[in-house]
Amino acid sequence: MDIFVQIVLTVITASTPLLFAASGELITEKSGVLNLGVEGMMLIGAITGFAVAISTGSATLAIFAAAIAGAAAAFIFGFLTLSLLANQVATGLALTIFGVGISALVGAAFVGVALEPLPKLAIPGISTLPVIGPIVFGQDIMVYGSFVLIAAIYWFLKHSHWGLVVRAVGESHDSAHALGYPVIAIRYMATIFGGAMCGLGGAYLSLAYTPMWAENMTAGRGWIALALVVFATWRPGRLLLGAYMFGGITILQLHAQGAGINVPSQFMSMLPYLATILVLVLISRDKVRIRLNAPNCIGQAFRPAH
Amino acid sequence: MKRFGITRVVGGLLAAGLMAAGLSSAWADQTKVGFVYVGPVGDHGWTYRHDIGRQAVENALGDKVKTTFVESVKEGPDAERVIQQLAASGHKLIFTTSFGFMNPTVKVAKRNPGVMFEHATGYKRGKNVSTYMARFYEGRYVAGVIAGKMSKTNTVGYVGSFPIPEVVRGINSFLLGAHSVNPDIKIKVVWVNSWYDPGKEGDAAKALIDQGADIITQHTDSPAPLQVAQNRGVLGFGQASDMAAFAKNAQLTSIIDNWDSYYVARAKAVVDGSWKSADTWGGFNTGMVEMAPFTNMPADVAKLAQETVDAISSGKLHPFTGPIKNQKGEVVIKAGEVADDGMLLGMNFYIEGVEDKLPN
Repeated sequence: MDIFVQIVLTVITASTPLLFAASGELITEKSGVLNLGVEGMMLIGAITGFAVAISTGSATLAIFAAAIAGAAAAFIFGFLTLSLLANQVATGLALTIFGVGISALVGAAFVGVALEPLPKLAIPGISTLPVIGPIVFGQDIMVYGSFVLIAAIYWFLKHSHWGLVVRAVGESHDSAHALGYPVIAIRYMATIFGGAMCGLGGAYLSLAYTPMWAENMTAGRGWIALALVVFATWRPGRLLLGAYMFGGITILQLHAQGAGINVPSQFMSMLPYLATILVLVLISRDKVRIRLNAPNCIGQAFRPAH
Repeated sequence: MKRFGITRVVGGLLAAGLMAAGLSSAWADQTKVGFVYVGPVGDHGWTYRHDIGRQAVENALGDKVKTTFVESVKEGPDAERVIQQLAASGHKLIFTTSFGFMNPTVKVAKRNPGVMFEHATGYKRGKNVSTYMARFYEGRYVAGVIAGKMSKTNTVGYVGSFPIPEVVRGINSFLLGAHSVNPDIKIKVVWVNSWYDPGKEGDAAKALIDQGADIITQHTDSPAPLQVAQNRGVLGFGQASDMAAFAKNAQLTSIIDNWDSYYVARAKAVVDGSWKSADTWGGFNTGMVEMAPFTNMPADVAKLAQETVDAISSGKLHPFTGPIKNQKGEVVIKAGEVADDGMLLGMNFYIEGVEDKLPN
């Protein structure tokens, strides 16, 4: 039982950064904007969170600062693609390369500095219960935050007026515009929200997962988050499932190796991408599913006619 | 043998700036020494240690030399351009510090017979190209001895990067060291297929601890496995540099790359005009491999570790002394014999007792 608890705990920490970044990107894409800069924004969030945590000693400030930094990076992306109508794919890739560079530059001073990990919740008597104690009542604040976030996104997209507007903007920006909704402003907000969540995902890495700063420490998780959004076919529930599945595969793979079960680790490393391609193939074959889920205007620049 | 394949625009620009600064302030009687790094100097591992070596050259030889470095150079055509640029701008000695710089180094060396080249971890030499690397497996043997004494579960978790001879040799050497004091020690290996992915390295360490390992060691570059060891209350070893800052209650010691004395000696040889092409594979005896202070262990274990270092250093003990069997139980090194360098360099088998199947 003990090993089961430990595996679940490890899976939770491995999945949380993916969940944050992918939820942010989900909202961004739902509004019709494709931001491939997830990896860059995560790195910017990671270094900002770490730097603030080291210099102020406050984890709360660090988390907020990381979200703001991610949002700022996304704002630059928004300005280039939404106001100046630059190509979204190229700009997103540029944002990733920019994020790798700028985080390395700022982070040079923080290499080799150690930080205490984000504290875990400890409710006397409850957090020490067997099995459910450590799993349900013994997480850090960001893990709970990620669950609140996914529930909020589900409610927002499904049941709120403005969620409907965001989806409308992503489906058909011309119609939304004709109805009088400020397409550009809504896309700005969705993009900035996405950036803030990517910043949080990065901060989870540098504050809780492996509490340190190391260049390029996201090591491709931004790309997995992007794949995850497609894998989930733009649905929050499946996103939660997918994030934990992707995180779980990585961890179980390591356990299998340690236990001497011979699985080719290279194969397991590519499994998330393979699953994504499979989902893409499946939904591309079915026109109804595409129409229901994939935002119709994704990646298209909006130039109001009047 | 390290690779960091990331484009770092900012790093490149900085490096270009430094090169320009180096050009303008050079004096005519100074020997210019160039360094080409595969990663950023801030990686706290491989490249970081090479840059410490560069600084040692500046400190030791003062204004006789002027050093320049270019960091985060991609292996491939970029590397050739950077090396050629250094050669063309008056550098007399150029260190190229990654395996993938081998062919570009040899090519540029042919074009610039008056410039001396030093290539780390490679095997192609020439009149003006030397090669050098360090016998890190000696350090791994010492770590194994310590693990053999300190483990209570008799299980060591090994976080591996790629199954190449360098890493396999380290695993074997570690186990030989451990078995020399405790024949019951088992090694569990988890490959993360990366030199550098802090999250995954940490997860691998967690998985190994969950499966009973109470000592964690690694052949990857980040301090993450050691941090995990600290948080889980088990012990571990650092990699490339002293990582005690990340895990002061967990680090037993660390195997440190120390290029300082080699770099100073080679730079001095160029200044004196006595430089000759050579192949250096140095261990404890040359100072290229060092152990960080022995901490978190009883005094008798620390003493035994130091004695092991001394025995290897003086040549009394060779980690790969027979009889050694492979996993099939076949004798690969006969009793009383030691493995030659050819076997060590190409090592592609596990010795008996490693609980892992070597990936192809």
